[in-house]
Amino acid sequence: MEKQINGAQIVLQALRDNGVQHIFGYPGGAVLPIYDELFQQEDIEHILVRHEQGATHAAEGYARSSGKCGVVLVTSGPGATNAVTGLTDALMDSIPMVCITGQVPTHLIGADAFQEADTVGITRACTKHNYLVKDVNDLARVMHEAFYVATTGRPGPVVVDIPKDVQFAMGDYLKPAAVKHKSYQPKVKGDMEAINAAVDLIANAKKPVFYTGGGVINSGPQASQLLREFVKLTGYPITSTLMGLGSYPSADKQWLGMLGMHGTYEANLAMHDCDVMINIGARFDDRITGALDKFSPDSKKIHIDIDPSSINKNVVVDVPIVGDVAHVLEDMLRVYKSRAVTPDKKALSSWWQEIDAWRDRNCLAYRKDDKAIKPQYAVERLYELTKGPDTFITTEVGQHQMWAAQYYRFEDPNRWMTSGGLGTMGYGIPAAVGVQVANPKGLVIDIAGEASAMMTMQELSTAVQHRLPIKIFILNNEYMGMVRQWQELLHGGRYSNSYSEALPDFVKLAEAYGATGIRAEKPSELDDAIKRMVETDGPVIFDCIVTKEENCFPMIPSGAAHNDMLLADDQGLEVEVSDEGKALV
Amino acid sequence: MGLSPLAVLRYRVPVRGAGLDRFSMSEQATATHTISVLVDNEAGVLARVIGLFSGRGYNIDSLTVAEVDQAAQMSRITVVTSGTPQVIEQIKAQLGRLVPVHRVVDLTVECESVERELALVKVSGKGEARVEALRLSEAFRARVVDATPESFVFEITGNGEKIDAFIELMTPLGLQEASRTGAAALARGPEPM
Repeated sequence: MEKQINGAQIVLQALRDNGVQHIFGYPGGAVLPIYDELFQQEDIEHILVRHEQGATHAAEGYARSSGKCGVVLVTSGPGATNAVTGLTDALMDSIPMVCITGQVPTHLIGADAFQEADTVGITRACTKHNYLVKDVNDLARVMHEAFYVATTGRPGPVVVDIPKDVQFAMGDYLKPAAVKHKSYQPKVKGDMEAINAAVDLIANAKKPVFYTGGGVINSGPQASQLLREFVKLTGYPITSTLMGLGSYPSADKQWLGMLGMHGTYEANLAMHDCDVMINIGARFDDRITGALDKFSPDSKKIHIDIDPSSINKNVVVDVPIVGDVAHVLEDMLRVYKSRAVTPDKKALSSWWQEIDAWRDRNCLAYRKDDKAIKPQYAVERLYELTKGPDTFITTEVGQHQMWAAQYYRFEDPNRWMTSGGLGTMGYGIPAAVGVQVANPKGLVIDIAGEASAMMTMQELSTAVQHRLPIKIFILNNEYMGMVRQWQELLHGGRYSNSYSEALPDFVKLAEAYGATGIRAEKPSELDDAIKRMVETDGPVIFDCIVTKEENCFPMIPSGAAHNDMLLADDQGLEVEVSDEGKALV
Repeated sequence: MGLSPLAVLRYRVPVRGAGLDRFSMSEQATATHTISVLVDNEAGVLARVIGLFSGRGYNIDSLTVAEVDQAAQMSRITVVTSGTPQVIEQIKAQLGRLVPVHRVVDLTVECESVERELALVKVSGKGEARVEALRLSEAFRARVVDATPESFVFEITGNGEKIDAFIELMTPLGLQEASRTGAAALARGPEPM
């Protein structure tokens, strides 16, 4: 038997044995033993954030851009409660994360001790699983299980709550290989009968569409490769959710753009009119479906998802396949090729004609302006001047996020990090920190709004400390733009509390942090300013002053169907939204 | 203090929010299902199950839980719930993805099953009502487990409807209070589920 080590050393050894190189955290009383061990080693680098929410989003950005598990270390009580938003975000977007929280010593649990919170109780609903480790001899097993649960199946956040006395206690260490979970065994191979049935539907489709999501990216780079091969082989059109951008190259002619509430006209109409829908790793989210009773009424639906609870949750499907995207696509491709089927060329060509007519509507067109910078133009120019395989984009949440999704273009997976499910303002800056840690040579840009950026601005200090040259590209319209847009369209233009009053001077703010501030106010100076941003070695806040009351189009109003979209030309029109639609978010 | 039959109707999770509204488009009928869940007997497992039901707006008509295999540290949770077939399918899938859950079986549709519930029912009274209560308890094969000159505590076992009926009959005869276990259930036949 190996000699016993203390709980904090067990944590560090388990991190090493699970391949962890970076953790994001913030110290406090209940995690001091672990911080003490961190201090005495060099294998694992700790990135000190400025707020625990920042640690969680940084871990998300790290995970999403690298395919590895994000790791967070925070103290008890407020450390843990501050992490809740990021845990929920990771749960909604299926991001692998292990969050270690300190806890008051076991004999004080339940005593309302200083900085005590019921962390496992609070995080039960916002984690894939959580543990309170009361015995040091369970610690190694729990740590390994936490990584296994977080990274396999549908990925998600796992909390390990460790009382301080357990961190000091001496116990035995177990290697990861010695741990096998009793009940949790996710299924990765799809059912062959269902895969055959899906191939039948796909081969005989007349108006097919691929509808892909974040599951393709979570499944790993091979899944994106297999998807590309399958889409090319069939010649069918493909669209993707916000979370799935990058799994298929946007430069390809079969790519229809993003679908959903702010998706393209051609993608949404293809979804509405298709006869076979091939959902790969997406979950029929309400941003995608719009009104459920009008959602793609005439299609047969195939749904590949690793999570059985995603099947038939919002939309009843014809061929459900539970499994990992890469595994299922591999089998599906093999079956498809072995049948030597050829798609109905005539039907497909007339389907593409329909789609091309929708494309001609040019739904992302906007009125150019040579005096003021349009936000769409800013993102277009940013794309032209920064595109490349080593560029990574994060966003905050709101109009700028949708413009980024519409006008920035992605050719590869893991280059686009955004808070899709939870819609967390303040995600982008800390996420950029995490992305830059995982990709030190990459160009990491947070496309932000001024209101969102203010929510986690303190993480710029993290970037400065750790020499992470992130670029915060703020589309500054002095409004919480999406709130303002909804107030304009649905609440009579009464802009209740959506004006960004008393904004700081972002250039001076950057300088105060020891970063660089750049401002652009006119279209004529935009390109040079962006180039200066890219050439700057350290972190930058780019204050891009854009037109204030631009709306984000196309838009499917709440409670409407895919074929009932608002386009940019509709600006100024009275929007009719049903009472049920108004109640939706 | 008397107790109306309504008050002893089984516990219902009050949250019934947006979670179910999205199914209003499907005009499927709601039905009661008994779901058996084998779980690791670890701290918090019951809270996970209950939190899942309240968080997603599902009903709990009754819920029982106890360790059933000490060596393997496994417990069986029996949940009686109601919903459309689509909701029941979701409940099963959501339960199945909880990490400490080993198996989930819908005993109502996947197999034949037996279901029993135990209740203790306190009835106070004198004279004719007391005699009538005792007579009815015999008809229901209830047992007297506590008696004073003016009260009985009956133990009754059966399915939920039988216990409902017994409690309803006891109401005018001096029903004071009742304690019910909720349903325990097993699949019929020689095999484990």
